This record gives sequence, C-alpha cells and structure tokens, in this order.
Amino acid sequence: MITEDIMNIVVVGHVDHGKSTVIGHLLADTDSLPKGKLDAIRESCKRNAKPFEYAFLLDALKNEQSQGITIDTCRCFFKTDKRRYIIIDAPGHIEFLKNMVTGASRAEAALMVIDASHGVEENTRRHGYYLSMLGIKQVAVLVNKMDLIDYDQEKFDKISKEYTDFLAEIGIQPRIFVPVSARVGDNIAFHSDVMPWYNDMTVLQVLDSFENIQPSHQLPFRMPVQGVYKFTAGGDMRRIIAGTVDSGSLSVGDEVVFYPSGKRTRVKSFEAFNAPAPTEIQCEDAAGFTMEEEIYVRRGEIACKAGEHAPQVAVRFRANLFWLGNAPLKGGRIYHFKCGTQKLPMKLLHVDRVINASNLDCADRQWVEKNEVAVCTFQLDSPAAFDTTDRLASTARFVIVDGYEQAGGGILVEALPDEAYDQRNIRTAAGAVDAQERRALTGHKGLVVWLTGLSGAGKSTIATAVERRLLALHIPAFTLDGDVLRNGLCADLGFSDEDRTENQRRAAETAVLFQRAGLVALVSTISPQQAHRDFARSCAGEDFMEVYVKADLNTCRSRDPKGLYEKQAGGGITAFTGVDSGYEVPRSPDLVLDTMADSEAYCIDALLDAILQKRS
Amino acid sequence: MAHKQMDYLDKLEAKSIYILREAYASFDKLCMLWSIGKDSTVLLWLARKAFFGHVPFPLVHVDTHYKIPEMIEYRDRLAKEYGLYMIYGQNTRALADKQTFPDGNVSRLQCCKNLKTEALQHTLSGDWPRYRLNLQTGLYEEDEDHTAYTGVIVGARADEEGSRSKERYFSPRDKNNDWNVDDQPPEFWNQFKTDFAPGTHLRIHPLLDWTELNVWEYIERENIPTVSLYYDQGNGTRYRSLGCWPCTNPIPSTSKNVHDIIEELRSGALAGVAERSGRAQDQEDGGGLETLRRDGYM
Repeated sequence: MITEDIMNIVVVGHVDHGKSTVIGHLLADTDSLPKGKLDAIRESCKRNAKPFEYAFLLDALKNEQSQGITIDTCRCFFKTDKRRYIIIDAPGHIEFLKNMVTGASRAEAALMVIDASHGVEENTRRHGYYLSMLGIKQVAVLVNKMDLIDYDQEKFDKISKEYTDFLAEIGIQPRIFVPVSARVGDNIAFHSDVMPWYNDMTVLQVLDSFENIQPSHQLPFRMPVQGVYKFTAGGDMRRIIAGTVDSGSLSVGDEVVFYPSGKRTRVKSFEAFNAPAPTEIQCEDAAGFTMEEEIYVRRGEIACKAGEHAPQVAVRFRANLFWLGNAPLKGGRIYHFKCGTQKLPMKLLHVDRVINASNLDCADRQWVEKNEVAVCTFQLDSPAAFDTTDRLASTARFVIVDGYEQAGGGILVEALPDEAYDQRNIRTAAGAVDAQERRALTGHKGLVVWLTGLSGAGKSTIATAVERRLLALHIPAFTLDGDVLRNGLCADLGFSDEDRTENQRRAAETAVLFQRAGLVALVSTISPQQAHRDFARSCAGEDFMEVYVKADLNTCRSRDPKGLYEKQAGGGITAFTGVDSGYEVPRSPDLVLDTMADSEAYCIDALLDAILQKRS
Repeated sequence: MAHKQMDYLDKLEAKSIYILREAYASFDKLCMLWSIGKDSTVLLWLARKAFFGHVPFPLVHVDTHYKIPEMIEYRDRLAKEYGLYMIYGQNTRALADKQTFPDGNVSRLQCCKNLKTEALQHTLSGDWPRYRLNLQTGLYEEDEDHTAYTGVIVGARADEEGSRSKERYFSPRDKNNDWNVDDQPPEFWNQFKTDFAPGTHLRIHPLLDWTELNVWEYIERENIPTVSLYYDQGNGTRYRSLGCWPCTNPIPSTSKNVHDIIEELRSGALAGVAERSGRAQDQEDGGGLETLRRDGYM
C-alpha cells in the first residue's frame, strides 16, 4: 500500500477573474487530463468557431457552457510529486454564493483569484470574509491577467497591499501574492520570463507549500453520537454507540460523559467490521464502542472524556453567522439548529449587528438578508452541547435550517445564561413539596412514557405489560390509554384538527400530573403529529420518553385487533391515521420498538430496560 | 501515546461511513442502489463497515434483463451470504413490447430511458412491483412493501463524468426525479440536507470523493469479492465498466486480478483513458451523461 497525501483546495474570486482558466492550466500542465480530452475540446471549439480556452475544460455541463459562468462547484483531480489534489472551482457570481460556500467548506487551502485589470472588487472582499468564517486559514492570492496590465509590478504591489490590509481586518494572513497570467500560463506551473521582478513561488509550488491539516489528537475528545445501534439479526446483541471523532482520542476503559445529558459510563470495547478492533480511537475515525453499563443515550449527544475540558451546555448563545436563505433571518420564526448530530428548534432573539462583508461597515437592524454576515443571539428549545470557537473549531460550528433548507451557517462565540429557563428548572415554592423533595420522601421518580404508532402497532399491549412489570418491581405506574381518554376526559371532542390537538393537550397535561405525583405514566395513543408529541415533551421536561412503536400499515392492517381497518375499508371511519390521514414518523424518538422485527417479549423488555435506565 | 497515521483510503472510508450513518439516521424509507458493479459493491461493503456487519436497509437493483448473466448470479450469491434485503425492479412492459435497442426498435439512449431510468423511478416510488429475494428459498417474490423511498444511496463518483462532479453528498430530486443542477442546496461542515418536502426525495452519494483507482485499491485492501467480468479470463479482454451486454464492450487488457488492474490504472495502458469509454450510450448523449442524469439516471 502506497501512502499518498491528498489536499482539497478551492479556487475562489469574482466572476470572470479567471478561476476556471487557472484550474484548466493546472490540469493541463500537470498532465492530469484523460487522454484525448484536451484535443476533444480543441476540436469542439473549432467546430463551433470559438477560440480555445482552458476554462472550457471545466465546463462539463452543457447549460454552463451556454451561460459562460461556473454555476456550481466542480471537482477536478491533479497530482504533483508531493501529493494529489482535489481542486474545487467555486462560482464567483454572488447569486451562487451558496455554491461557493459548499466548495470552500471542503477545502484545506484556498487560491483567491483577482483580475489585475479590475483590482479588488466587492466580491473579492466578500469571498475573503467567507473564507475566514468557514475557517480556512491557508490562502494564497493570484493576481491574474497580468498580461492586461503589461506585467506592471507597481500595479501588482498596489493590489497586494490593498487586499492584505482588508484580509488583516478579518484575521487572514495570506501566504503569498503571485502575479500570473492564467491564459498564457505565466507563473502557474512554470516561472515566467516576462516578469523577471518576480522570483518567488509558482502557483504549483505555493500549493505544495501548504500543509495538510493535522488531526487534533491533543484536543479534548469529542464524538457526536450518530446513532446507537443494536442490530439483532444473527443473534448480534451488541449495543454500539456510533460516530465520527471530531477531536482528541479515547481508549478502552476510559470514562465517557455524554452531553447535554451528563450521563457517564466507561468504554468496554471498540467495534469494527473486517478489521481488528482498535484499543484506541482518534480524530477522524468513524468509530463505534460498547459501554460497561447499558445506559440510555441517543443520537445528538456528544461523547466526551471525563476529566477533559467539558463542552458548554446552554439554551442561549451568541454566534457569528452567514445567511444564504432567500427569506431574511428574522425573529418570530422557528428555525432548526444543527450542530454535530443535534437538531433542535431555535428562535432568533436579537441581531447584535449586521456586517457589510465588503467594507466591514455595521448596520443596526433586526433582520439579516441573503448573503449577509451578522452577529446574532439565539434561543433553543432545550439545552444543546457545543464548544465555543476559541476552544474547538469543529463542535463550535452549526447550521441554521429554515423550512426544508440549510439557510445559514454560524460559529458559536459565547454561551449565554437564560434566567427564565434556569428558573423554570429550579422548582422552588415556599411550603410546597418540590420534585426533588418528593422523590426523596417517596423514593419514586415520575416519568411520562409516550407511546406513538399506528393503530394495531402494539402500543396498548406493550404499555399494559410494562405497567404490570413495573408494579411487580414496586414502581408505581399507570397506563393512560387513548381510547379510555377519548371515552371519558375527552368525550366532548371529535376528530377535527382542533379537537385532535385539544385531545392531545389533555392527554399530555394529565400524564404530567401523574408524573409529578411520582408515577410512571404510560401514554398509549396514536399521536400522529410530531408537534403534539413535542408539546407533551415540553410539558414534562426531562422526565419524558418518546417511544415509537413501529409497524407498517400492512402489518397493522393484517393484525387489526380492534377491527378498525376492516371498518374503515367498509366506509365506517374516515380520516383514519395511516390510511387516509397522515402519520408523522418520530424524527428522533428516545426509543424505537419495532414490533415487526422483534417479538412482543423483546419489545416489553427493551421498554422496561429503558424506563429503568431513565429513572436511575 | 503514539497515534496511527490515517492514510488516504482510511480517510475516504471514514467520510463515506459518516455519510452512510447520517443517511440512516435521517430517512425512514432508505434504500441503496446496487448495480453489481465495483463502485456500488464497495458501497455495500462500506455499509457493512458503518453498521458493524449489518445492512439495515434494502438493496435495489434495476434489472434491465440485458445484464450479463454472471452479474445476476453474483448478486444473488452475495445477497444470500450477507443476508441482504434484496430487491429488484424491471420495466416488464417495455420488454414485452420490445421497446429496446437490442430489439432494434429504439435508440440506445431511449433504451436506457425505458429500461433503467423509468424502471428505477417506478421501483423507487413503489408504483411498480418490487421483487424481494426470499433468503430461505432463494427465489424472488413480490415485496409487500410499496412505500416510496425518500432516501436513495448511490455509488456515483465525481471523477466519472463532468455532470457527476457537480453532485452534492445529499442531493435533492423532485417529484419527477428531476435534478435541478442550477439551484442546489448549500452543503458545508458535514451538515447535509436532510429535510425535504413531501413527494421529493434525496440521493445520497457517499463515494463522491473516490476515484476509480481508489475503488480498486480499496477492493484489494479489504479483499472484496467482485464479478469475474472485470478480469481477463485468458482471451486478452476484460470489462472496465459493467452495463448491459448490447451496449458495453470489453477493453483489451490482460489484467487477471485486482493487483494487475491497479498497476494498469496507475501507470499502464489505462492511466489516461476515460473509464466509461466502453459505454456506447454516453457518446450518443453528446459526450456527457447530463441528459440521462437530469432524468434520473444514476
């Protein structure tokens, strides 16, 4: 096995400043084109009576050739004696800034191309700012089209000075400024005779002078949990915490702390397929480990190492961000925060300032427009774990989802206290028994277990069996069955959207009363909407488990324990969940009980286990 | 403690596993396309790595009926050995009506559209029958699950063809399977588009950063079983890329095993020749796969 370095680099700059030509020349000069490709394009140019340009090499897409601008991020490969490069051509047009971000975020180093005859333009500065936001530290600037300014050193120096000053303000120190003419090939792969005043590196030499980013083994261990796997096929009983290591390292026997929950255990083993199991995992490994105690953790938590610097856990924070959404970022709207593998509802609390990316002026207004950068304060629904950018880069990055789209990216600067939230979670009332006191006195901790799934999935069967098992362990428990509630507490409600919401609200509030009294409330209700389940969670706080009892429609229909599917088919029921009314599969349930794959007894055991873990 | 140095195959592998796990966490209806070729077979292997020996989603093969018979034998052998949820779909109507290139009734490009693109679209949406391998009997039976897949894992690589270099790791397709190349979502910092409107779906590309050479190097390192058609059986030819037999030609090569192929790609006769040069339909599409890909071709 040969070892070979690879580096991702991005070429950015304003539209028409010559990015594609630079890349075309790099590919041709390093002999990296497939045989015949260059000739084919020369031939096609001749056929269409167009002068040949190196940029055409990249214009693989037909519509791109017709528009004449790079609209997306295109990847090419080339090789020097030192290493292999994946070169990303990012579009320069401001309309395609999101594509530039996509390209640049994958890069370890950037080449910024400036047209010498135009000098530093608005987008040149904006791209510089974005590179700094994206965390790209290695930047070289190519002052292109030197042939158009007669290879004038003075003009070159002037552009270099102006752009160096700008970059200094946003924390980027460019490696070098190279005068080039990409059309002719001056100083791309070979030194040029026409600029004897320039004796420094060619573009190719500059690239080889960049360093591959070293994995951060010495930093605190961070592994966002991608999933907790227990695939029982073939009798596999391992429960594996899977994720990719963002920083640091972890060994067998080390104590792990999961944030935001704060749960702890030790690493029992690392797991691998078709390879010996490692005894240590480190930065960039796609890993998996089993735990000494089977504690309940889920996707979204960050696995950290006990004794190392812990991440922040907060509901409010300040961040630097760039906004790519068509609709402005503004208050009063629910966004989603994605950081590591966490995804949480989020609101904009305050725009601290909007920065003009091209001249660094600040504007004072409470919204952020497309392509702007800003400093903002946000509020999350529930606590998230993250690092601030002064500590760790990777776990300090987040994206903002607006509707279905990733509309912005940010860097976490500061975790902020939230008095209102903190107070809500410290339940003190003079004279009244608080939750902790009650638990100490009764020895019982209440819990809401919200079982959701299609009719016939097995919710009630599992709930009643688990209730019996809990009671046998002297743990007070009570099943709140959806049908029973419908016939009693909610007898006044029908099946309109409004009534369904009210039905769910009552079920949630009732369950929370049981929970506060110290019982395990097992709620068995179809609960087709995520919003209703989220509401229940927001009432119960941390003492809540969303359990998805999973069985597909065909399975449920064939079981049909209450004869409802048959009745529906006969026209006796309308708006029946799963048939002619939608069911929203839980986005991140605390537990999935797959009653198609697993036996009833297994599901009951799994739920009981999860409840006992949660209560402990 | 000394840290082991990750080589470039380790890095590619880790990135692909990360993407596979994100896909698995984000889509309730997820499947993986398996063309039986080397790329999607590496993808299948990576899934077993990501999920510790398991493949927790169906594998979907679009059977054009013109696949080389060895490919089908190999598919079923591996499916049984790995315990896969193996599905195939087919455009039985176009085959019955003889609307194919080998029947002489349509162009190569139209044949691809009928037997691959259309079959794929309807197999993914579930409105045509899907046939599932019964691991006990070894026979295919109509699958009872007709739900549309909302996440489809595909083995496309950026270095294959110009249009593929524009793909995202998570790439949205609309109701008609259309790919809007001009307006793709931003993708950065290992955060992918995992939210989607009803009726749309996402294609997931864990192999985007791999090259043809990487794929063969990984096959060698991991000792992954591949179809014998990739190797010279003694007549001085082999397939470099597998497709339907009427439109795929073997290339002259005496590579008899994975090691020979790697040498051939690195420094030998194939060092500068495009991989799909043996695929006749590409030439008909004006030199790019773009027309086919916009319509949902993989």
